Amino acid sequence: MKLSPRRRRRIARVAGYVVFGLAILAVVGAADWARLSEAFFRRDVATGMFPEAITIALRNTILYTLMAFVFGLTLGLVLALMRLSSVLPYRWFATAYIELFRGLPALLVLFMVGYGVPLAFPDREIPGGVYGSVTVGLGLTAAAYMAETIRAGIQAVPKGQLEAARTLGMSHTRAMISIVLPQAFRIVIPPLTNEIILLTKDTSLVYVLGVTSTTIELTKFAGDTLNTLVNPTPLVVAGLLYLVITLPLSQLVRGLERRAGRER
Amino acid sequence: MSTIEISDLHKSFGSLEVLRGIDLTVEPGEVVCVIGPSGSGKSTLLRCVNLLEEPTSGSIRVAGVEVTDPDCDIDEVRRGIGMVFQQFNLFGHLTVRENVTIAQRRVLKRGKAEADRIAAANLGRVGLSEKAKAYPAQLSGGQQQRVAIARALAMDPQLMLFDEPTSALDPELVGEVLAVMRGLAAEGMTMLVVTHEMAFAREVASRVVFMDGGVIVEQGPPAEVFGNPREDRTREFLHRVLEPASVSETEIIKIKGETL
Ligand SMILES: Nc1ncnc2c1ncn2[C@@H]1O[C@H](COP(=O)(O)OP(=O)(O)OP(=O)(O)O)[C@@H](O)[C@H]1O
Ligand SMILES: [Mg+2]
Repeated sequence: MKLSPRRRRRIARVAGYVVFGLAILAVVGAADWARLSEAFFRRDVATGMFPEAITIALRNTILYTLMAFVFGLTLGLVLALMRLSSVLPYRWFATAYIELFRGLPALLVLFMVGYGVPLAFPDREIPGGVYGSVTVGLGLTAAAYMAETIRAGIQAVPKGQLEAARTLGMSHTRAMISIVLPQAFRIVIPPLTNEIILLTKDTSLVYVLGVTSTTIELTKFAGDTLNTLVNPTPLVVAGLLYLVITLPLSQLVRGLERRAGRER
Repeated sequence: MSTIEISDLHKSFGSLEVLRGIDLTVEPGEVVCVIGPSGSGKSTLLRCVNLLEEPTSGSIRVAGVEVTDPDCDIDEVRRGIGMVFQQFNLFGHLTVRENVTIAQRRVLKRGKAEADRIAAANLGRVGLSEKAKAYPAQLSGGQQQRVAIARALAMDPQLMLFDEPTSALDPELVGEVLAVMRGLAAEGMTMLVVTHEMAFAREVASRVVFMDGGVIVEQGPPAEVFGNPREDRTREFLHRVLEPASVSETEIIKIKGETL
């Protein structure tokens, strides 16, 4: 009997569901549930982590993220404008910076800011203690990525926009501020939100700077609790708390991209 | 004093010489239409007048001010020259009213109330008073182009440049834009218009300029240029544009030969 293409597709789809269901059943059946929940889902360990998990660890994670983001965004905007400048040395500097910091591991930069620079200049220090070091240490790297994103956004604004503004008598600077940048930022909001998500995860590197009980962030907090209680449940709690930040953000990005798609 | 005085204007892009010695004068109140084949340098000529393109050599005076002088404050000169583009170039993040007020506020430093009043008057002039709160994306092409005209007019220009203002429009929307331009001409606005709308040029222009290959081939009153062109190139161009259905095969071969 010959099957119509439509029937064949339907059979293939049903087969897909069946295979997937069997695989799930096999995993569920084979797993040692008592052992798993004892290790990863101990209610007493989890509840013991609160409220510090939120009032200190989650709070610091968010704080580090925001500070590094604002620093990176500001520096990134300056770099993007330098990259597009007609002044050749500006373009060189911006290009060199971006290539350098995109090529280096974030951890290495963090070490450099946290230990390298203080060793070289023992009589000075970055203001703000750990908060300052984190802002700069993570922000320097983020700036390189954001500069490229913002530059692409500026270039995505049609050339006619700048020309129309100049034709009305606006200076180049005024036209950039009032006409080009507002439209560029609309374009780059989704990729910049992605950058916040990446930064959120990168704050887990901060522990290398030697954080205290008040400056601790989620990953280090979970690791410490794991060490004291010899139970991995804290890792699950920390993971869930990261998702509390990142899932709404990626949802937001998707919504924004859908809206941008409709407007075009 | 002439509104525009161009003498021996040359413009090259790299090794490509696009304008090869243009002399053109536009008097106050004149409507000068520039016609000519694609690539002949019409847009470049227009864009040199407000220095969107930097001339390679020659001089351009607008209302007596030498714009090609390095000491000239070009932002100041541009305030007095309205420009309307083929692609409208409305500011997409601003409403219609904001499009018309932003340069008034930022450049002319008019107060909000005054800028709004002038915007309303100019939107009324182009028949779009009820669209003040809309965003450009919500308007038809013809409406967008009329807003662009209002935006330029709000700066009280003494000269308006139009670069093929109707070429990006659906045919049924061309008329509304031409009607606004006809109105402007009747009010005595000085206009330099690059256009493919021959009927408009014939009716509204005080003078028609035919360009080809970076030079002005011929110019004169529309009745003369259209009715009795002196140059062969003009005649050929007009034949191709006005009766595209009757261009013969031998002419196509000739046209190809020209461009080779
Ligand atoms: N920025 C530029 N860089 C390099 N070449 C250019 C540039 N602008 C225009 N040209 C070239 O200059 C020539 C004249 O262009 P221009 O736009 O002035 O012609 P046009 O008469 O307006 O033609 P159209 O009717 O197609 O608009 C063309 O060959 C074009 O490719
Ligand atoms: Mg053109």
